[in-house]
Amino acid sequence: MRELHYDELEALAIGAGVLGTGGGNHPHLELMCAQAEYRRGRRIRLIDPDELADDARVAVVCIMGAPLVTKERLPEPQSICRAVRRMEAHTGAPFDAIMSIEIGGENAFFAMLVGMELGLPVVDADTMGRAFPEAQMASFAIRGLEVAPFAIADIRDNEILIPRAESATRVERIGRRIVVELGSIAGTCTAPRSGAEVKAHAILGSVSRAIGIGHTIQAAKAAGADPVAAVVNGAHARLGFTGKVEDVSRRTEGGFVRGTVRLAGSGAHQGQEMLIAFQNEFSVARRDGALVASVPDLITVLDEESAEAIGAEVIRYGQRVAVILLAADPIMRSPEGLAVVGPRAFGYDFDYRPFEELAR
Amino acid sequence: MKRIGIDVGGTNTDAVLLDGGTILRSIKTPTTADVTTGVKNALAHVLGGADDAGVDVRAVMVGTTHFTNAVIERRGLSKVAAIRIGLPAASSIPPLADWPADLAAAVAGPVFLLEGGHEFDGRPIVAFDRAGMRRAAEAIRDSGVTAAAITAVFSPLIADCETEAASILAEVAPDVTVTLSSDLGRIGLIERENATILNSALHALARRTVAAFRQAIAESGLNGPLYLTQNDGTVMRAEEAERFPVLCFASGPTNSMRGAHLLSGLADAVVLDVGGTTTDAGMLRAGFPRQANTQVDIGGVRTFFRMPDVVAVALGGGTIVRDDPFAIGPDSVGFRLLEKARVAGGDMLTLTDIGVRLGLIELGDAGRLADVPVALTEAVRGWIGQRLADLVDRMKTSASDLPVIAVGGGAFLVPDSLPGVSTVIKVAHAGVANAVGAAMSQVSGESERIFYGVPREAAIGETLAAARDQAIAAGADGDTLVVLDIEDTPMSYIPGDPLRVRVRVVGDLAG
Repeated sequence: MRELHYDELEALAIGAGVLGTGGGNHPHLELMCAQAEYRRGRRIRLIDPDELADDARVAVVCIMGAPLVTKERLPEPQSICRAVRRMEAHTGAPFDAIMSIEIGGENAFFAMLVGMELGLPVVDADTMGRAFPEAQMASFAIRGLEVAPFAIADIRDNEILIPRAESATRVERIGRRIVVELGSIAGTCTAPRSGAEVKAHAILGSVSRAIGIGHTIQAAKAAGADPVAAVVNGAHARLGFTGKVEDVSRRTEGGFVRGTVRLAGSGAHQGQEMLIAFQNEFSVARRDGALVASVPDLITVLDEESAEAIGAEVIRYGQRVAVILLAADPIMRSPEGLAVVGPRAFGYDFDYRPFEELAR
Repeated sequence: MKRIGIDVGGTNTDAVLLDGGTILRSIKTPTTADVTTGVKNALAHVLGGADDAGVDVRAVMVGTTHFTNAVIERRGLSKVAAIRIGLPAASSIPPLADWPADLAAAVAGPVFLLEGGHEFDGRPIVAFDRAGMRRAAEAIRDSGVTAAAITAVFSPLIADCETEAASILAEVAPDVTVTLSSDLGRIGLIERENATILNSALHALARRTVAAFRQAIAESGLNGPLYLTQNDGTVMRAEEAERFPVLCFASGPTNSMRGAHLLSGLADAVVLDVGGTTTDAGMLRAGFPRQANTQVDIGGVRTFFRMPDVVAVALGGGTIVRDDPFAIGPDSVGFRLLEKARVAGGDMLTLTDIGVRLGLIELGDAGRLADVPVALTEAVRGWIGQRLADLVDRMKTSASDLPVIAVGGGAFLVPDSLPGVSTVIKVAHAGVANAVGAAMSQVSGESERIFYGVPREAAIGETLAAARDQAIAAGADGDTLVVLDIEDTPMSYIPGDPLRVRVRVVGDLAG
């Protein structure tokens, strides 16, 4: 267990943006909240999964809803804290630690804010290793662990518990409807996980990984070096493309923002074209028609100069970007994982192949 | 139609008199501490001294960096009471939380967080706390603070809480000037609130500054209406500028790029504005500056304003050249060029001196440069070409060659050909491009709305109609309105397939 230093908060925000793969954004407001808590004297305690007792009780939390609403209502840990308390009341046992369902984007910070609010350590792990749009795409669900009981709460005085559900997908669908009624933003807490379950089925070390990516970018910028190249080298990523955004088409379908980004190559990719399809997150990248990477591998679009991650909702014509590819966790690349987060699960008619085996 | 454009910068006040697209007179004069005198001096020159010269001047358009500089230099700012309506939500980050300490100290007055605000779909979060607002209004009255900023959750969609709060405040403390965040628009509570607070902090300064402009204009025998330029290359009436001074932020680079467009007649080009210390590069698209991707800090405060995408490099007429070891800049003699440069009798070798030696411009005493070796001037020539070619390449979004328009006092330094550039255009009056840009400013209107289950075309059409109405109300000629920008953003995780549409139109000032 260690206390996160104040400077690591910003590194975490940068890294969470990179691991957000276009769906989660750079968590600017959440970072401001965490920094305000630090100024009030609170601290995040990060606990290594190995330090968890096998029978430790871990609360797996996230904010569910529309990112737009957070921009007006501002992020807060209270709704998740109420969901956590509701779950404790339901199961009759207190939690020992908090863990985030996803490390990519804004949700990376909510577990931290809740940990500070409740005085509990935060586990250095998550269930996606990136951002994904739905609850059944979590590693625990992929490994067959029940998502229910599932608690939902808002900032007012509304608490909802789903004690049982037929599947993770059903929890996701019921949850979304409830969240809409609550103003399209609510805190959630999924079924309690034991320390043993976390160690066996979570994606381990992902908070440290995000902080490491953030540090790499910060250090490269401070040294006047190329931060994109630094991430590629430091995070075992591959540079998939460099270019300028030529066109973005976007539409909403069933709550998803879907569309395509077209990039015209520059530098080493001069004369080439990349198309990136997105469904909230960037899902498939093709260069001159050849598949370069697909879900569940991470396709991240960075500002060419600052290496700040650019989300699919905000990417615009004329931006100069670098596309980097990172390997998905082995759980996501397993047959059970690909059934839920592989290309076919997102409606594409081809089988997954790791990006390392595809066109360079 | 005659118009006068004035650019009141920190150092110089530039003015031009235009008849249609023709420049009749132009002048560069020093800015004075009282503003009025400098503007009057500039006006006296462009009006040519004749008593009735100003009679047929249809409008006076002023671009000023006053409000931006006030924030950056933390002077002339009023204390502001910040009222945020949104509890029990919107409490985790207090107002002014991310402001630089010195700016917060200059602006922060009492802060009130009240219950109220709305969901994105129009339902109240909780009922608005009217009693709390009344207590806040009384506290503001008793505190002696003269300005207030009111921000409610989702007010760009439903402004009811803000207008109700303002009417309670007006009843209790009628002398307090107020900005409602919904009048500044855009979703994003913190950025909108920041802009609202800055706006109220500038109210008193805006009234004084606009009064100074009005006085200078009246004393110069002009009776056309006064407009101030905004950061998007359009103007608003002086009365609007008094209420919304933040909309004038960063109009300087915009005016200079708009002026480059108007002087050259080119709508799509890279603009290089070569000043004394730096060269600012920007990109014109359809006659307007391309906007920066990222959110813009004003004096260290995040706001939602879109600013021109401008990249600056240390290359100007005053940039200092050293021979042993060979080094160019980044330091500059700046505004002391006319005393420090070799050709002006000084002892510093500057890029202007190199320009004279290379025969790019005739200036001062070229004989004082006889000892400058050819190898050095050629090395500098190569360096300038390389720097500017790199700069142009950074601005371009496609590989095809683009024209470059060179403006500013150091425009002569731009080579006649550059790699990746189709043609380099140097225009007359390049030194007062910013005042030309101000004089030729158009009028805009903007509308932002959220639609549910409405086809995209219908949603855009409805928003466009609202934007047009707003532009006409602001003084535009409806027949000249063109669409500048349509942004339609679908929103994730909200039922009913919502579409957020923002439309911006511009047109000529009605004659």
